[in-house]
Amino acid sequence: MKTVKQGTYFWQGNEACAEGAITAGCRFFAGYPITPASEIAEHMAKRLPQVGGIATQMEDEMASIGAVVGASWAGAKAMTATSGPGFSLMQEFIGYAFMTETPCVIVDVQRAGPSTGQATKSGQGDVMQSRWGTHGDYSAIVISPNSVQEMFTLTIRAFNLAEKYRTPVIVLADGTIAHMREQTIVPPIESIETINRRKPKTEEKAFFGLEEIPPMPTVGEGFNVAVTGSTHNEHGIRFTADPTVHRRLVGRLNNKIKNHVDEIADFESYNIDECQIGIVSYGCTSRAIHEAVENAEKRGIKTGYIRLKTLWPFPESIIKKLAESAEKIIVPEMNLRQMFYEVERTANGLAKIIPLNKIGGGELITPEELLVKVEDGEE
Amino acid sequence: MSETQLHPLIAKYARKGAQRQPHCAGCGNGIIAQCMLRAIEELDLDFGKMVFVSGIGCSSWIPSPFFNTDVLHTIHGRPLAFATGVKLSNPDLRVVVFTGDGDGAAIGGNHLIHAARKNIEILAILINNRIYGMTGGQVAPTTPHGMKTRTTPYGNLEYPFDLCKLVEAAGASYVVRWTTFHVKQLVSSMKRGLLKEGFSFIEVMSQCPVQYGRFIGIRDPAKMLLMLRDSSLPISKAKSMSEEELEGRIVVGEFVDRERVGLTKAYKKLLNEVQA
Ligand SMILES: Cc1ncc(C[n+]2csc(CCOP(=O)(O)OP(=O)(O)O)c2C)c(N)n1
Ligand code: SF4
Ligand SMILES: [Mg+2]
Repeated sequence: MKTVKQGTYFWQGNEACAEGAITAGCRFFAGYPITPASEIAEHMAKRLPQVGGIATQMEDEMASIGAVVGASWAGAKAMTATSGPGFSLMQEFIGYAFMTETPCVIVDVQRAGPSTGQATKSGQGDVMQSRWGTHGDYSAIVISPNSVQEMFTLTIRAFNLAEKYRTPVIVLADGTIAHMREQTIVPPIESIETINRRKPKTEEKAFFGLEEIPPMPTVGEGFNVAVTGSTHNEHGIRFTADPTVHRRLVGRLNNKIKNHVDEIADFESYNIDECQIGIVSYGCTSRAIHEAVENAEKRGIKTGYIRLKTLWPFPESIIKKLAESAEKIIVPEMNLRQMFYEVERTANGLAKIIPLNKIGGGELITPEELLVKVEDGEE
Repeated sequence: MSETQLHPLIAKYARKGAQRQPHCAGCGNGIIAQCMLRAIEELDLDFGKMVFVSGIGCSSWIPSPFFNTDVLHTIHGRPLAFATGVKLSNPDLRVVVFTGDGDGAAIGGNHLIHAARKNIEILAILINNRIYGMTGGQVAPTTPHGMKTRTTPYGNLEYPFDLCKLVEAAGASYVVRWTTFHVKQLVSSMKRGLLKEGFSFIEVMSQCPVQYGRFIGIRDPAKMLLMLRDSSLPISKAKSMSEEELEGRIVVGEFVDRERVGLTKAYKKLLNEVQA
């Protein structure tokens, strides 16, 4: 068996993620075991050699992401997968990948934290870490799948965004989605779009600037590239004190994401123009919205929702649109309020934002709990 | 300085606009840079197929951006992990890591023993100046017992690592130690390490006249070099000496030179088997 063929599969979420990665062209995986992400490493260990790729278990998560960033400079599409504790350890290198414009994919299968927390139980506590986890001024692209199908398709998208924008992309999954099994459809392989990083022409020398997204050379191909996480000019030469070079570089790195929010942002929406009550939801929690909305409508409450497939950059315009029509917006999350604040900031008083939070034991927010909020609309 | 006045090694191997080393006058790092370029020149290697990976610290600035090939300056402690990804992904590249004693033995110590255990085909050059140079003279895991530094103002309570013994025990193919005084031997060991299959580790005891120098009260680089020479002891002699006799001495020479299959070679074999 080589790369996966068109067909219908009954996959586990983690397996779908691994197959999505391989379909996207991933040929390097480095990781360190952690529940509930280990199956990705296990699946990659079995499958990557079959397609001529490399899968390796490293000594820790810092080494894993380090090897991934190194492999990316050697020309590979590369990925690592972890959960909260390992994601924390990876943060320094994620900043390095951002600063050096290294495409790579980091999967964080969230579990209940802080610390070791409830290692086998699902959660959504890493939403803010995925946005602000590394130090300094940076911007993140974060993907949020809510089904096994999306573990496949959105992992492919994560690679495409990483390659297109030359930046690390995070797939923020959760223990529920990662461990459940669902029918997954693999469309005709030719119909799946895969994007590859733009390579420089022989005479090109500016790999870190001038253009919004500069071309990326591969080491060993004669480009004599100087890569550094220190502030650098377009040729990769360190400028560790010059304010202009720093502003230019860090400004461009953030803008190349900010200026393309509309292209990056992906969501599903329903009835947002004429609803009284809105729901903003993502990940496993969003699996409760369809039933809750259906039941609310049966009771005559006009309800709409936005289900985010990308969390960051935050899709402000669509949230604003919802806030303009809805009186109240409910934000259900398996954490103690994280996206809530972002929705509140964006709505800016246009609608009342109501949190619905549940943590512990991996218990999901049920359609009934959501319906109760929709009906009484109180905090 | 015009092109014609440049040292031939610099003219051939240095990046334009970065021909000067950023290190303090008299620093051992310049000597080590020159030895590396000499080894490459004498072996007539394809510089463009060499990738230099370094961490953070003065010693990590040896190749970056100075060497005019692919130079990847990474984060503190992690160049070996990064280099492992580069080498696994493209085994045809010759990968050399430059790291410091803090970078490679403190924050990156775990990666060092694991790179040796995996026996990945990388040459690692660890510059041991027994101090944190870049951050201003703090204690390192290689600082002598009792020594005062910026963070051991009453003297170092701990004992230094013997890094060559550590890396040998972890499984490296080739392990050697020299000082910046032993330039001929260093060049020849670098040549050996560059061609060796498996993980090669070269520890270079080096002088930091600025930070280490001020704590021992000797800032003259020439004097420091002579001290390195005088405290050195060939490994053949050291073998028959007691621990007390070896106190304060630097054991130099080859600790190990053995044939072990490297990781990328083993992986290649696995790929052939799986895909057959
Ligand atoms: C994660 C992290 N911690 C601390 C530092 C600060 N830092 C920079 S270099 C260095 C030590 C350098 O010492 P060494 O590795 O011995 O290199 P030398 O400068 O002596 O060559 C430290 C602690 C850092 N850059 N990153
Ligand atoms: S501080 Fe020491 S190690 Fe660093 S450049 Fe100066 S002399 Fe060399
Ligand atoms: Mg040092």
